[in-house]
Amino acid sequence: MKITLNGEIKEYRDQLTVQELLQRLNLQPERVVVEINRIILSPETHNVTKLKTGDTIELVQFVGGG
Amino acid sequence: MDHLIIAGREFNSRLLVGTGKFASNQAMVAAMESSACEIVTVALRRVDIDNPEDSLLSHINPDRYLLLPNTSGARDAEEAVRLARLARAAGCEPWIKLEVTPDPYYLLPDPIETLKAAEILVKDGFIVLPYMPADPVLARHLEEVGTATVMPLGAPIGTNRGVRTRDLIAIIIEQANVPVIVDAGLGAPSHAAEAMEMGADAVLVNTALADTTDPALMAQAFRKGVEAGREAYLAGLGGQRLQAEASSPLTGFLRND
Repeated sequence: MKITLNGEIKEYRDQLTVQELLQRLNLQPERVVVEINRIILSPETHNVTKLKTGDTIELVQFVGGG
Repeated sequence: MDHLIIAGREFNSRLLVGTGKFASNQAMVAAMESSACEIVTVALRRVDIDNPEDSLLSHINPDRYLLLPNTSGARDAEEAVRLARLARAAGCEPWIKLEVTPDPYYLLPDPIETLKAAEILVKDGFIVLPYMPADPVLARHLEEVGTATVMPLGAPIGTNRGVRTRDLIAIIIEQANVPVIVDAGLGAPSHAAEAMEMGADAVLVNTALADTTDPALMAQAFRKGVEAGREAYLAGLGGQRLQAEASSPLTGFLRND
């Protein structure tokens, strides 16, 4: 599947859930907010939400700011 | 007790601190601690997927500090609303420092888009603290749509130039029914004291703390500046006059004329 992840095109051999994607990227799910095609995903659905080709995914987190 | 009250919530400290640009998380935490602040701002950005960083949140004790996410980077109301909703989804309380700054050079807030976003976010249940130009008319409009504070700028973000908008901030303070937090541009404790002496309810600083060799010491200095200014405001500053007025008795001089 081919997805746009934080502005970059990424290709994965198999279809992943959001939970699996975060695991592959070594990201702690409680520190990251996931948006798929402009819709914010609630953390409880990470394990049942399957990504598909063409999805645009944003993974955001808090950083220092004023 | 002299509390700052925002949206019904009481705070002992009138100094809000931004978490950007510190040389290290340790320096940031040290500054937060010695500032005695209770509200800290944070920004929301894309995760660097190839190079995931240590999470900022692991350094900020949520029992001690209210996390106030900002919408920095937003160029219009739509982007600001999107960032606010993402921040809320991160599990924060629905407090948001609304920032809409389309101009990258001076980072001045867009009054029209800020007002639009404020209205949407208030209806959506957010407690909105809008960063805004020091415009008394805009302050009234923001209050009317239900913002919890107004946050006029002293000078452009990160410039350390002090309360350059003094006369306009004085009008905002005179008219406001919500707390006035002077945000942006304060570079020295004397600037913070000046804003507080004028009757501002609080100030927010970031660059002035992050951009020194000793952020913790500077944060302590700002804490004292804010407290000094607040106490002077409560005591009531004496009136100014051009002609001298002696403070020592004008009688009993050691001369015979």
